[in-house]
Amino acid sequence: MTDNYQVRDAIDKETLSTVRSVGDTYKYGFSTDIETEYAPLGLNEDIVKLISKKNNEPKWMLDWRLKAFNRWKKLKQPDWALLKIPEIDFQDQYYYARPANMKEKPKSLDEVDPKLLETYSKLGIPLTEQKKLAGVIEENHEDKSENRKVAVDAVFDSVSVGTTFKEELKSAGVIFCSISEAIKEYPELVKKYLGSVVPISDNFFACLNAAVFSDGSFVYIPKGVRCPMELSTYFRINAENTGQFERTLIIADDNSYVSYLEGCTAPQRDESQLHAAVVELVILDDAEIKYSTVQNWFPGDENGVGGIYNFVTKRADCRGRNSKVMWTQVETGSAITWKYPSCVLKGDNSSGEFYSIAITNNMQQADTGTKMIHLGKNTNSRIVSKGISAGKAQNTYRGLVQIGGRSQNSRNFTQCDSLLIGNKCGAHTVPYIEVNNSSARAEHEATTSKVDEDQLFYCMQRGIGEEDAVALIVNGFCKEVLQALPMEFAMEAQKLVAISLEGSVG
Amino acid sequence: MLNIDDLKVSLEEEEKQIIRGLSLSIKPGEVHAIMGPNGSGKSTLSSVLAGKDGYVIDSGTVKFDGSDLLEAEVEERAALGIFMAFQYPIEIPGVGNMNFLRTALNSQRKTRGQEELNAADFLKLVRGIAKDLEISEEMMRRPVNVGASGGEKKRNEILQMCLLEPRFVILDETDSGLDVDAMKLVSKGVNNFSSSSRSFLVITHYQRLLNYIVPDFVHIMVDGRIVKTGDKTLALHVEETGYKDFLQLGKEKN
Repeated sequence: MTDNYQVRDAIDKETLSTVRSVGDTYKYGFSTDIETEYAPLGLNEDIVKLISKKNNEPKWMLDWRLKAFNRWKKLKQPDWALLKIPEIDFQDQYYYARPANMKEKPKSLDEVDPKLLETYSKLGIPLTEQKKLAGVIEENHEDKSENRKVAVDAVFDSVSVGTTFKEELKSAGVIFCSISEAIKEYPELVKKYLGSVVPISDNFFACLNAAVFSDGSFVYIPKGVRCPMELSTYFRINAENTGQFERTLIIADDNSYVSYLEGCTAPQRDESQLHAAVVELVILDDAEIKYSTVQNWFPGDENGVGGIYNFVTKRADCRGRNSKVMWTQVETGSAITWKYPSCVLKGDNSSGEFYSIAITNNMQQADTGTKMIHLGKNTNSRIVSKGISAGKAQNTYRGLVQIGGRSQNSRNFTQCDSLLIGNKCGAHTVPYIEVNNSSARAEHEATTSKVDEDQLFYCMQRGIGEEDAVALIVNGFCKEVLQALPMEFAMEAQKLVAISLEGSVG
Repeated sequence: MLNIDDLKVSLEEEEKQIIRGLSLSIKPGEVHAIMGPNGSGKSTLSSVLAGKDGYVIDSGTVKFDGSDLLEAEVEERAALGIFMAFQYPIEIPGVGNMNFLRTALNSQRKTRGQEELNAADFLKLVRGIAKDLEISEEMMRRPVNVGASGGEKKRNEILQMCLLEPRFVILDETDSGLDVDAMKLVSKGVNNFSSSSRSFLVITHYQRLLNYIVPDFVHIMVDGRIVKTGDKTLALHVEETGYKDFLQLGKEKN
C-alpha cells in the first residue's frame, strides 16, 4: 500500500505568477514549494483504509470510517441552500496530502521543516512559543494582550505539523493535540465523544468527513480547569486539487472554560478546492466554550474562477446544566460557504450565542446561519447576524430556532441585519421558528439596508477615501460581532473586512 | 482663495438648472454670507463646492488657490482645506467619534504627505477642543452623531472643523434647529477659529446668526444667482423687509 504513493512537486509556477500579478488582493494567495505526498486520486474503500493506515489508527477507528464511507455512498448532496454549486466530481480529488518530510511526525517544533515554519510566519502565525499571535496591531496602546499566550496547532493540508505550548498546557491538565495523536494517546476520550454531537450519518458532507478526515485538533479541559491560554488551530490548504477534511473535537468537562480560535487560508488557484470540516463541542455542567473563527479561504477571483468550496458542520452540545457556548464567526473567504454552527441546549439553564459576520464580494456565495435547538428548561439563545453583500455576490442568512415542548421558560432573541453595497448583489433572510411551548418566547428582528450615499459623502468630506469610508461604515455595522471576538482576532478581522471589500465601490 | 466664475449647475436626475450663472470671489480672512429664500440654490452651491454627487456642471469654473476645484475628488478637496459643516449632520452607527475623527485627520495628513498623528497627541488635541465646546467625554465615546440632539450634532461639526483645521469653511445653515445658547456656543467656536488666513462662507436663511458671526460681505441669492451684494447692513435690511424686493430683481435678470 505504501508504494502506492505519488511523490511530486507541489509547486505551481502559474499560480505564483498569477498571485504576483494580482498583488495584494488576496494576500495569503502564495503557495509553498514543498515536496508533497498524495494518496491516489479519487475515493474508494482503499483510500479510506490508506488514510487510516497513514495515521497508524487502531481498528475501531478504521471501522468507524468504513461505516461512514458505506453510508456516504447512499447519501445525496443536499440542494436546499440558496447556492449555485457547480457539480463536484468526488473522484477527481485527492483526499490526502502531506509534506513528504512529515512522514515521521516531528517530536518537537525544532524538527519541523523550516519551509513550513516560514509559511506560517508569512501568514502571521509564528510556530514558536512566543507570547502572542502576530497580526496584532502594535500601535494599539490599549492592547492588554502584551503577555497573553496563544497555543497553536498548525494543520497543513492533511496533517498537523506542530502544536505549541503543549507541555505548559499539560501541566494545567489540558490536553491540546492533533486528533490523530488523540486517537492513539487518548482513545477512551475520543471513543466516548467522537461522533456524539455530529453523528456519522448527520449529513452528506459530515458523513464524507467521517470517512476521510485526516487530522484536526483535539482539546480536553478537565473538571474545574480554566484553560490558562487561548487555544487556536490554523488551517492551511497548500496542495493542489486536494480537499481538506479536518475534524475538531473539544470537550469542556464540568466547571471548565476555554476560548478557542480557528483561522484558515489557502493559495490562490484557478481550480476550486473542497473543504468539508466537522467541529464537535461537548460542554458539561457549568462549563463554557467560546469558539471563534476567522475564515479567509481563497474566495476565487472577480469572475468567480477558483476558490474554496466550504461545506462545514459545526455543532455544540450543551449537555450539562448551566453550560454555555458562544460561536463567533467572521466569514470573508471561500467561493461557496455552507455553514450553520449550531447549539443543542439540552442542559437546564444552558445558553447558546451565535455572532456572525458574513461578507461576500464579487461572485462569492454564502448560505450561513445557525440552529438553536432548545430542549432543556430555562434555556437562552441569542443570534446576531450581519450579512454584507457587494459585487454580484449572494448572501443568505438561514437560521432555525426550535423550542421543544419540555423547554419551559426558554428565550431566543434573533437580530439579523443585511447590508448591500451596489445594486447587483443580493441578501436573503430565511428564518425558521418552531416554538412548541407556550411559556417560551422568541423574538426576531431583521433589517436590510444599503451603504448610505450620505454617510459616504460625510466621511469623504472629512477627508476619508471612498474605500476606507466603506470599510469604516461596514465595520460600524458589524461592531456588535467584532466586539464578541477575542482581541487578537478582532483586530485581524477588522482589517479583513476592509480587504474583502476592496474594489466594491466606484 | 476661492474664485467662482459664471457657474451653471443642473441636477443630474432632472434637467433643471439650479445655479444659473453665479460668480463669487473670496479672499483669505474674509467672511461671506449668502442669504436667500428657499429653493434659491444656496445648499446646491455648498454641495457643489464640497463635491457631492448628483449634479452636472453645465459651464463655468471654480478655482481654489488657482487650481481647478471641480476636478478634485471629495476627499482631495477636504485635504486641500475645504470643510463643510452640514445642515443635517449624518449618523454613522457603530463608528465611535474618536475613531472617526482620528481616521479623518490621519487620512488628510496622509494625502498631504504629512506624518500620521499618534494616539497620545491626538487624544490631547481632541480633548482640548471638546472642552472648549462643552462636549462631554461621554458624547465623544458615542457613535458619530447617533442619539445626539440637534445642538450636540452642530457642536460636533464645529469640533471636527477645529480638529481638521481647514482654510475654507462652508457653514450650511448651521443655525437651523439651534436655540440661542447653542448658537452662541457654536459661533464662539467659529470666531475663535477664524484667522487672517481662513475664509468662511456662511449660508443662512436668517440674519440672527450674523449677529454672532459678523460677515464682511452679504450676498442675496435668488433663482440661482447673486442679485445683490452689500455689507452686514444688507442682512438687517432683509430681516426687516423679507426677500420680496430681491425676488423682483431675480425676475428682471431672467
